[in-house]
Amino acid sequence: MSSEILITGASLMGESTADILLRDGVIAAVGAKLQAPGAHVIDAQGLIALPGLVDLHTHLREPGFEQSETVLTGSRAAAAGGFTTVFAMANTNPVADNAGVVEQVKRLGDEAGYVSVRPIGAVTVGLAGETLADLGSMATSRAKVSVFSDDGKCVHDSLLMRRAMEYVKSFGGVIAQHAQDPRLTIDAQMNEGEVSSRLGLNGWPAVAEESIIARDVLLAEHIGSRLHICHLSTAGSVDIIRSAKARGVDVTAEVTPHHLLLTEELAENYDARFKVNPPLRTAVDVQALRAAVADGTIDIVATDHAPHPHDTKDCEWDQASFGMVGLESALPIVNTTLVATGLLTWSDVARVLSQAPAQIGSLDGTRTLSVGEVADVVLFDPSTSREWSTDDVVSRSKNTPFTGVTLAGSVVHTIRHGYLTVTEGVVVDEDVVAQAGGFHG
Amino acid sequence: MKHLLSTRDLDRATAIGILDVALDMAALGTRDVKKLPALRGKTIVNLFYEDSTRTRISFEAAEKRLSADVINFSAKGSSVSKGESLKDTAQTLDAMGIDAVVVRHSSSGAPHLLAHSGWLDVPIVNAGDGTHEHPTQALLDAFTLRESLFGDGARGKGLDGLNIVIVGDILHSRVARSNIWLLATLGANVTVVAPPTLTPPGIATWPVHLTHSLDDALAASPDAVMMLRIQSERMKAAFFPNAREYAKFWGLTAARYRRLGESTIIMHPGPMNRGLEISSEAADSPQSVILKQVTNGVFVRMAVLFTVLTGAKGDVNE
Repeated sequence: MSSEILITGASLMGESTADILLRDGVIAAVGAKLQAPGAHVIDAQGLIALPGLVDLHTHLREPGFEQSETVLTGSRAAAAGGFTTVFAMANTNPVADNAGVVEQVKRLGDEAGYVSVRPIGAVTVGLAGETLADLGSMATSRAKVSVFSDDGKCVHDSLLMRRAMEYVKSFGGVIAQHAQDPRLTIDAQMNEGEVSSRLGLNGWPAVAEESIIARDVLLAEHIGSRLHICHLSTAGSVDIIRSAKARGVDVTAEVTPHHLLLTEELAENYDARFKVNPPLRTAVDVQALRAAVADGTIDIVATDHAPHPHDTKDCEWDQASFGMVGLESALPIVNTTLVATGLLTWSDVARVLSQAPAQIGSLDGTRTLSVGEVADVVLFDPSTSREWSTDDVVSRSKNTPFTGVTLAGSVVHTIRHGYLTVTEGVVVDEDVVAQAGGFHG
Repeated sequence: MKHLLSTRDLDRATAIGILDVALDMAALGTRDVKKLPALRGKTIVNLFYEDSTRTRISFEAAEKRLSADVINFSAKGSSVSKGESLKDTAQTLDAMGIDAVVVRHSSSGAPHLLAHSGWLDVPIVNAGDGTHEHPTQALLDAFTLRESLFGDGARGKGLDGLNIVIVGDILHSRVARSNIWLLATLGANVTVVAPPTLTPPGIATWPVHLTHSLDDALAASPDAVMMLRIQSERMKAAFFPNAREYAKFWGLTAARYRRLGESTIIMHPGPMNRGLEISSEAADSPQSVILKQVTNGVFVRMAVLFTVLTGAKGDVNE
């Protein structure tokens, strides 16, 4: 593969049209009618060029749950979705609560070469919510951990949450909270409401999320710390974040693609592909979440990509695993729910799926497709549409909830550090990517 | 109807049809030879993932009176903990060529999965799933109401205009859910009495009148009052302070029973906690139909099995 890539005629974040020359892993030039003899040329007429996407919330499952996903297979899924960086959640086995595990995950990501894998460190040892993990050691390890989360579990103890938020200030870290009051969600299965009552499934009430967010923004305000809230799912959560931001609290918030599209009624056939935590909510919540992304109350879209083997979904609802895969479908869903509806411009999409998550995760670079930046670029065709199927899922696990849903647009090319990881919609061969990654990495 | 999964999707004509077939089955019960050859050569599996004595025996009696071959399969706890998935069990039964499955499961929706996941293609009868539904219980309750209130004139009738009070743990009760849907379909007015902690979220959209006062509900002299079983683990989870207080506010105590008019019949799906949700005075009174419910359970289950296995018309849950 050529070390130079010339992208011609791309629409830069949906605004001006220009050529982009990538050389030696950086953006070498942006402008009209660029010439680069010998470069690999990508005709990007009609394609939107965005800075490589950054997912602040991915479950890569390795070490420990390789039957669901590995760093390699999850990286391929990420590339297929236009991502060039993913933050890997800590709920592996062993838990990523020490420097050894996070360095291992980072190394596996480097070897695969599809995306930059940035491990997230656990807040508490073993995700047990009792004692703080080796936060500083993880931050100063080769994995340079900057985001800490017990995701999957809530840091429920108020004092521990306060200490964690205070302590990570010493190295510029942030706590990403999975907001779920465990006592209000014992054996919870789906959104609490008429549908859960009718189906006989234990309810997961909105207040169990909102009460934790309310507490944590008050704590963050009190101690002057940063705070990030994972996967907002309710209109009430949006209101709390909005009012906290208006007071100047240093809080950021994320929403998943599935919470921007799907609602609780999908549980009615007891099809556990729709079982997720936090659960699918109501149409009112979906509209509030979309509006919150549009007005900036919600800072980022993050996938909460959660692969699970088929058998753990093809069973009784209350025994099934929580979670859905989402890396591959994220950009088509953002296009369908936010761009096609006029709520976001492509420049906003670059913000919520690349610039803002990078900033929250303390990554370098401005991600504005400017000369001198790292050559992480995704080229997206917004004009296509297709009925989503498991064939579109690259992940080792196929637990997508979007089967049969018509989604607008597709990722055509993904370029990381100046080399292709996806070309013409096809994920590039592992050996080719590993070699390219090793050369440039 | 191919399956009986819930009463929510049961239309009025089909429900009355089942109750009328059950009347025929009841008439059979008065003969010397109680057995019908209707399901001879059919194999029915009673797939019970949850402890149940009375429901399983009731189904088994119904199956045997219809001359079906019966296989009882009991699995304590969940299918996952047992090591074989529901799917594998279903596919195994399918491979054995059985003709129908009666399933009780602690997971809401398990019968729905058996009916719709393509794992096996035989009629599925829900014998109680989690906190979702228990449709044969609601049908036998409706049968008992018709019999008690209309006597020989029951055939073909719904329950139009009757006032029925359901009392207790509505939140966790599959019996309550199935009764609410079926009673509404048959035209009855349903009043639900429960502490707010045991009231399902969103009940305001259900076809019921909700009150927290049992005395008010009974003062209106309803045609029937159904007391639900209260489970001891609800106390530990702080749904109410203690058994004494539950009985005081939500139980059909002897004092409440004595204030109740003779025209109100008393029902309970069993097994009863005497002294908690119902006093012995009420349970053993002349207006109690609790044992009749048990008797009628066999007739109604015969009617359901007969209907799903002989392809009587009108698809309930499709």
